[in-house]
Amino acid sequence: MSWKLFELLVQASLYTVLISFISITIGLAIGMVVSAAALSPSRALSVPGRTFVSFFRGVPLLVQLLLIYNLLPALGLNVPSVVAAITGLSLCTAAYQAENLRGGFQSVPRGLLEAADMAGLSAFQQFRRIRAPIALRLAFPSLVNEAIMILKASSLVSVVGIVELTRMAQDLAASTYRPIELFSAAGLLYLIINWLIASGGSLFERSFRWGRP
Amino acid sequence: MNFDTNLIVSIMPELARAFGVTLLTWGVGVIGAAILGFLVAVGRRYGSAWLGYPLWLCVEVIRGTPFLIQLFLLYYGGPFVGLSLEPIPAGLLGLTVYGAAYFSEIFRAGFEAVPPGHVEAAECVGLNRRQIVRRILIPEMTMLVLPASVNMAIILLKETAVLSIITVPELTLVISAIGSQQYAFVESLFLLALFYWGLVELSGRLGRYMEARLSKYRFATA
Repeated sequence: MSWKLFELLVQASLYTVLISFISITIGLAIGMVVSAAALSPSRALSVPGRTFVSFFRGVPLLVQLLLIYNLLPALGLNVPSVVAAITGLSLCTAAYQAENLRGGFQSVPRGLLEAADMAGLSAFQQFRRIRAPIALRLAFPSLVNEAIMILKASSLVSVVGIVELTRMAQDLAASTYRPIELFSAAGLLYLIINWLIASGGSLFERSFRWGRP
Repeated sequence: MNFDTNLIVSIMPELARAFGVTLLTWGVGVIGAAILGFLVAVGRRYGSAWLGYPLWLCVEVIRGTPFLIQLFLLYYGGPFVGLSLEPIPAGLLGLTVYGAAYFSEIFRAGFEAVPPGHVEAAECVGLNRRQIVRRILIPEMTMLVLPASVNMAIILLKETAVLSIITVPELTLVISAIGSQQYAFVESLFLLALFYWGLVELSGRLGRYMEARLSKYRFATA
């Protein structure tokens, strides 16, 4: 396998990282809202929240991607396929992250919330200053895991025509007739990126260990 | 959307076959992955370093790369090393190997969670190593690994959809094909999503029911 081909794969892997990063970030924001809804005492919020989590965790990501990719144009939204791909990945990861965050929110010590009540913080202030930061911190290791899952899952967006790492390897394998080398090289790049995410995550985790309740 | 009864009747046999393929790949995949994963876990725990290190590497590589890449390597790369497989066997093999890596980690954690006191007690009453594995470790582990195994089985059900990419004629492939022939792609994908959702929810419930029923056999706590 020539150096030129490997360079193309590396470029495509940057696209994979970009798509995954955007999806994880959007997914975290949606996940926050969904987990807050799922934990809400009001059934009007908790039922949709839990249904969202159950649906997006219960349907294969490939089916979700195909559905969103075809649904958006059917609704009259002619968006580029990369938008459909990121929407699909974001919604799926949002469901998993909501579940992780729910665990985080439920582990926030009651004493802290009582203290916040006594100090006169409003419900929103309590969410912003106490519950959200602690839940995020508790859910951080799962967030790193989820980032790795999404990075791997992003290979599925190749089916809706996004030329990320997997699709690039596939195209190059078809044109050079060297599938073993190209898919192995793509696999190696995925391994390296995952290893970077995992080590970055544990470094970052160590840096805020002091704040653990 | 006009409702055509003849259409539904005419696609029924095809749908039934596709459902069969999904169930077959799922069932065989889960059982194969659990058996292979168990052997890998035993090999890593009791085998020499010459066995343990390569196994560790395989598990890490499989867990660190996308399933789709593994499938492509097997399906498109296989013929170059004399391994030409039809889509269904390739899918089964891919799913089994992929699942085995995760199952081996589940079993590894299970082995570690069995209290050492139980093993020591078994040694004291004179059980040999094989008896300890058969009579103490495996029964206790079964209870310890049940929740994670059910979870993994559900993940593998969802991964069977990925097999459609290497043209295994399972539900996702067949339904998308019918959907595009009939110009009802979105509707058929929506039904497909509902179907998987239902099956996943049902399996989750069945798993929790099994856990509850078997909980009386639970000696060790994780």
